[in-house]
Amino acid sequence: MLTLENVSVSYGAIEALTDINLQVNQGEVVTLIGANGAGKTTTLRTITSLLSPREGRVMFEGKEISSIAAHKLLPMGIAMSPEGRGVFANLSVRENLEMGAYIRKDKKEIADDMEKGFLMFPRLKEREQQKAGTLSGGEQQMLAMVRALMSRPRLLLLDEPSLGLAPLVVHRIFEAIDEIRAGGTTILLVEQNANAALHHSDRAYVLETGRIVMEGDSKQLAADPRVKEAYLGE
Amino acid sequence: MDTFVQQLINGLTIGSIYALIALGYTMVYGILRLINFAHGDIYMVGAYAGLFLATSLGFAANPSAFGFVVTLVGSMAIAAAMGMAIERFAYRPVRKFSKMTTLITAIGMSLLIEYLFVFFFEGKPRSFPQLLPNDNITLFGNATISTSQILIFVVSMVLMVILQYIIYKTKIGKAMRAVSFNLNSAKLMGINTDFVIAFTFALGSALAAAGGVLTAQYNPKIDPLMGIITGLKAFVAAVLGGIGNIPGAVLGGLLIGAAETMVVGYGSYIGIPSTYRDAVAFAILILVLLLRPAGLLGSNVQEKV
Repeated sequence: MLTLENVSVSYGAIEALTDINLQVNQGEVVTLIGANGAGKTTTLRTITSLLSPREGRVMFEGKEISSIAAHKLLPMGIAMSPEGRGVFANLSVRENLEMGAYIRKDKKEIADDMEKGFLMFPRLKEREQQKAGTLSGGEQQMLAMVRALMSRPRLLLLDEPSLGLAPLVVHRIFEAIDEIRAGGTTILLVEQNANAALHHSDRAYVLETGRIVMEGDSKQLAADPRVKEAYLGE
Repeated sequence: MDTFVQQLINGLTIGSIYALIALGYTMVYGILRLINFAHGDIYMVGAYAGLFLATSLGFAANPSAFGFVVTLVGSMAIAAAMGMAIERFAYRPVRKFSKMTTLITAIGMSLLIEYLFVFFFEGKPRSFPQLLPNDNITLFGNATISTSQILIFVVSMVLMVILQYIIYKTKIGKAMRAVSFNLNSAKLMGINTDFVIAFTFALGSALAAAGGVLTAQYNPKIDPLMGIITGLKAFVAAVLGGIGNIPGAVLGGLLIGAAETMVVGYGSYIGIPSTYRDAVAFAILILVLLLRPAGLLGSNVQEKV
């Protein structure tokens, strides 16, 4: 479904990603784990065309998307919940979700999808008319995820959904990831919380200073002594 | 009392014009963090477009309410197209460079428009046809209000209500607010941010043009440099209200207008001659920047780097 072929990205003279090869197949949850500054967010920003690769290419369903305008990716079926949530603090929860459905015109079904989102996270329903800026970090994350789902994406990119959240909320977020996957959406999950990410995914890539150093089945990686030592704190 | 009411009416009249122009400054700033210095000139372009429409369509010879509405709406459309063209061909190509580059481009654009108009339409003032009858209505004592003043209040009020509706109720308006908060997040929603930015310029330019036509009805003398001082005062109004804040632009406009005419009415009592009216806005600017840089309604947000 999504393939990165030999992708390298630089910020000016600094190389942020080197020769990344990554694949996400239909129906999978794939996770990309790594420490701060390893290049996880850069990878997602490259996939969503907010950055363009210096070398290599990004393919989605057989089409090259490396140089397509960022706003044209959503109609193709790629949505993202960005790092730091990226909710529109000056818009209400409802308006944020309307923005998530910006490219759609089927009002009836948009309303249905919004209700589905409220079922997934009832807290959002309670806060429907509130400005998104007044929500807690966890609620903003829930909003960012539901907002991304409002376009009915086939591929959902999640950038550090658990960052800075209380354990109970993190638990709820990962449950939701399982629910979204069960609904048929393919997911690429970028996480620092390697433990949770490996338990809620099929395959994983480990990123270190801009290079993929390990990849494989999530369960196997979770059992790998190197991963345990470096990322699981064991 | 008469003087006070009279100066207040006069102040709110020009204040409404400042407010219409300030809205364009503040909307563009909200989205691009750019002070569009060419915006005052769009106000002038609006007045000239009005003059052109009124004379070429024959409304100048046969004034009517219909003629006024066509002139107003037509010049708003012309200015909107021009605003979009300026954004597309002057600002968009340099948007990827530093903000200073865009700012200097805006100053250059302003001078270009002004002197192209001097070149093609002469520097000397032209008279604007009276499209609606202008009568003075005596309120009490010596205080009067003219029908063109009432026209300014009513039309600017209607336009601001329409603007409010667009920004808060329509899809494109919500997209404008989304883009102004976070451009990249908006792109991820599939919002064509270039289109939203162009639309913002169109909206702001149309309001400034309405200000130009309304002013020309009130004070029927237009010239290519009329946008400089009015534009600067409207900019001060936007800063006073809190730049980027839409209700703030309206409040700032009305306050600057009132402050200016109060100096004309009462300044002589405290030793400020009425010829200092143009300095009032800038004295206010200095005070705002010293005492409350975020403006009256602006929140103190740290500039994102």
